[in-house]
Amino acid sequence: MSALDNLSTILASGARLTVPLAFAACGEYLAERAGTVNISVEAMMLGGAFSSVAVASATGSATVGLVAGMAIGVVLGFVHGNLSHRAAINTFVVGLVLNTLVLGLTSYLITTNAFEGHQVWQVNVPVLSDIPIVGRALFVERWPAYLLIGLIPLTWWLVERSRWGLELRAVGEAPQAADVTGIDVNRRRRQALLWCGALSGLGGAYLAVGEVGAFSQNMTAGRGYIVIAAVIFGAWRLGRTLLGCALFGLADAMRLALPALGVTLNSQLLIVAPYLLALLAMVVFATKDREPRALGAAFERGTT
Amino acid sequence: MSGTKQAAPAGSAPRPQQGGGDGPGRRLITYLEPGGLGGGLPTAGTTVLAVAVALVLSSLLVAATGGSPSDAVRALFEGSLGGSTAWSSTLLYTAPLLLVAVGACISTRAGVFNLGQEGQLLIGALAGAWVALRLAVPGPALLLIALVAAMVAGGAWAGLSSLMHRWRGVNIVVSTLLMTFLAQQLVAFAVTTPWLLQETRLGNATVSPQSNKLPEGALLGSLGQYPNLQINGGLLIALLAAVVIAVLIARSRWGFRLTMLGLNPRAARHAGVRVAAMAGAALALSGAFAGLAGAILLTSPVGTNRLQAGISTNIGWDGLLVALVARNRPLLAIPVALLFGVLRSGGGFLAATGVPAFLVDVVKSLLVLAFVIPPVAVAAVRRRKEARRASAQAAPARVPEEAAL
Repeated sequence: MSALDNLSTILASGARLTVPLAFAACGEYLAERAGTVNISVEAMMLGGAFSSVAVASATGSATVGLVAGMAIGVVLGFVHGNLSHRAAINTFVVGLVLNTLVLGLTSYLITTNAFEGHQVWQVNVPVLSDIPIVGRALFVERWPAYLLIGLIPLTWWLVERSRWGLELRAVGEAPQAADVTGIDVNRRRRQALLWCGALSGLGGAYLAVGEVGAFSQNMTAGRGYIVIAAVIFGAWRLGRTLLGCALFGLADAMRLALPALGVTLNSQLLIVAPYLLALLAMVVFATKDREPRALGAAFERGTT
Repeated sequence: MSGTKQAAPAGSAPRPQQGGGDGPGRRLITYLEPGGLGGGLPTAGTTVLAVAVALVLSSLLVAATGGSPSDAVRALFEGSLGGSTAWSSTLLYTAPLLLVAVGACISTRAGVFNLGQEGQLLIGALAGAWVALRLAVPGPALLLIALVAAMVAGGAWAGLSSLMHRWRGVNIVVSTLLMTFLAQQLVAFAVTTPWLLQETRLGNATVSPQSNKLPEGALLGSLGQYPNLQINGGLLIALLAAVVIAVLIARSRWGFRLTMLGLNPRAARHAGVRVAAMAGAALALSGAFAGLAGAILLTSPVGTNRLQAGISTNIGWDGLLVALVARNRPLLAIPVALLFGVLRSGGGFLAATGVPAFLVDVVKSLLVLAFVIPPVAVAAVRRRKEARRASAQAAPARVPEEAAL
């Protein structure tokens, strides 16, 4: 009985840790299909987390904070897109600088301001949450988590089934060819970054006003990089990417839960597990074949 | 700052950036414009303006959060350049920053974007500490062996990414990034594991997650002790590295091939450059410099002379930013590294004025943007203008051509 309780607790905590990753992963997946390795997803999550707490404190509403978190993500996506796809600065450079900037800015602002804690409310789905073992993990969540039910299929549809997504994939696979057919390559990539920003900002905001209810310095602590790892692990397919997020979420939950259970596993190993997993996945599955052909390459008309 | 003559002359018309997608083996490698500052006067003017904007924004931020910008500036200055001890600490930070940047210059020039200096630096420090604490070699030889071990380890760590790319097509940017987190935990593991590098327990003393203090013989001494001003050996090594690499890039066959590889890998291949080997070596070499930076940090006074999980304090990331601002020119990296060193050692004094030291990170990234954006923006504006002029000229010219048909 106690073992089952523990399992249920770990699953529930794993689910809660997975949700912010899943939001951001949907965005990163879409951005990468368009050909951008968006390193600044970390900045988007952290910025989203901070602004959600700041705005929630100012307005007294966690929901407004959530929207503000998304808005900051969109702003960062706009900045990233314009710098890397309009001004054609190396996209990794842009991502790196934005990560440094947002980490510095939020760490600075949190030390000079005090924010009230606010949290979005929790929704227990009536009957379903009583299901043993998985009930608590799947049906007792802060309400924004249920947005995933709509956002995941929407992202999938956008990329795989919509006209826009067809063009988006073309832009990620063969920008020159897409350009010839009259698609504005860099415009599509900028649009993809806006979507990525909105979802990553939401993911960060969920972490702050959803699970924790406060902001602390560097609270995303590399979750953005985990998201990038998840997309690679998922070989640029949405389903597997989300599976990767769930794995990483569970690994995180295990790391937190094991000491309490009296199991001593090497904590460094557990921290490093997601990254190691992603690297191994890249090496073993040779994702070369699945990866968007033009991933990470800047596009400029007339250079080929 | 018109220091060197590079393979690509400064002030020439800005060359369009290489689009990627150059054959399947090369598509993951990204390009930066490794040429000169480019753009001449407009770029210089815009840069000055952008830097001013960055500084004004930072001051506004301080003022908006209730601090005093003038106090902050004074503290930054006092802590970095106001006196010989301040200068010493600035220069001590400059050395590893410069080394990382020189390494980054090499790899980026070859068209390989290494994002893992932070990890390579830590691995270098780890190897250096292990050698210095475990090998019973007397005095200066120990230091030398430790530095070499750090270079080899950092190079090997970066080389792993290079091998993964070559064998399995793993994205170099992403693998070097992920390897950084591995390195961080590896160092954390080493300093919390008694049989590896954790402090030895003496009697009932509690041990911290750090290594023993390095023996005196393994420490980089100060070369010359002027009134309180220490010129650490590490700085000389870094300066030497910057000059040597700058000369090699500008003058040697290797440097020419490296630059050619970065500018146009296809042309390089046709010209007989062994592209994969050259790019791999460039990545490994940049890792080696990052590793050396780690050992220098460890053996110099700002690095506590013990291996700690947080020993790097983001010097790997900052070194990369230095290379970006210096636009991959090792000599230009010297003043930029000094600037970053100033921000680092000055940042420590900020807290006393009530302005959180995190401000330095904000200033730093705004400055990077201020240096990186203007050349690209000027080039883009110029390109757009040229395109407009070209289309304006082409339109009437086409008419007689068609008439002749």
